[in-house]
Amino acid sequence: MRSLFAALSGALFGLGLMVSGMTDTTKVQGWLDIFGDWDPTLAFVLGGAILPMAIAWAVLSRRQTGLLGTPLPAPAGTAIDRPLAWGAVLFGAGWALVGLCPGPAIASLSWGGMPGVIFFIAMIGGMVIVGPLGRRVMGVSPA
Amino acid sequence: MWQTDWTYGLIGGLMIGVAGVVFLAVNGRIMGASGILGGLVDGTGRSNLGERAAFLGALVGAPAIAAFVWGAPPTNTTTNVALLAVAGLLVGAGTRIGNGCTSGHGVCGISRFSMRSIVATLFYLFAGGATMLVARHILGII
Repeated sequence: MRSLFAALSGALFGLGLMVSGMTDTTKVQGWLDIFGDWDPTLAFVLGGAILPMAIAWAVLSRRQTGLLGTPLPAPAGTAIDRPLAWGAVLFGAGWALVGLCPGPAIASLSWGGMPGVIFFIAMIGGMVIVGPLGRRVMGVSPA
Repeated sequence: MWQTDWTYGLIGGLMIGVAGVVFLAVNGRIMGASGILGGLVDGTGRSNLGERAAFLGALVGAPAIAAFVWGAPPTNTTTNVALLAVAGLLVGAGTRIGNGCTSGHGVCGISRFSMRSIVATLFYLFAGGATMLVARHILGII
């Protein structure tokens, strides 16, 4: 059952990314290009995505488990540490250079052609380099 | 002057949000793309491997079917291999070090008013804007 709903969520996430324009790198780069021809589309995407999530967090705040009985996420950490800041900076730089973040990079794998595949492989490489050991060395704390 | 792209952005955004609601309310988990994938890549997510694989499989599969049926939207991705490699490495490493990406911090974190996620989002937006300024308007490489 968990896998079934995970697949439902993944499918909806992928289609949403596709419909929203998040898989179009020119729109993403246009959103980040505040000193050029700024494209506000991503604000609508983020706003549209945050709204149902905010309602869900509020409704679920009185529950301990999800509908299938698995525990809900622990309360968000509060430590604003260096890994959080540096990680976000590195991610933001990479996001701007090509216009792909992890979700859209995965969602567009089937039709994004060779550039998308190269980016995806490099992204996996970056994740491998960091790895559990690197995370421990850098003292990464849970989200 | 409302633009059609904004409507698609809003509809797609709502779909992304509902996807996050399903993953949270039913599975009790945060829908963060880099976390779900990263846990498979570095082995930290072995305990719920099936759930992760199902999510990622559908994340690739559903758009693949949609692209086949209705046609693939343009990704307009650069063909510069060096740029793709550097950007991919930065995104992969950065999201693991910072513990989240646009979906995890930007959507799931901000919506629960997580200070960590709000700070992370501000940092990656600022870094992205600065990178655009330097790479596009000063160096002219993108």
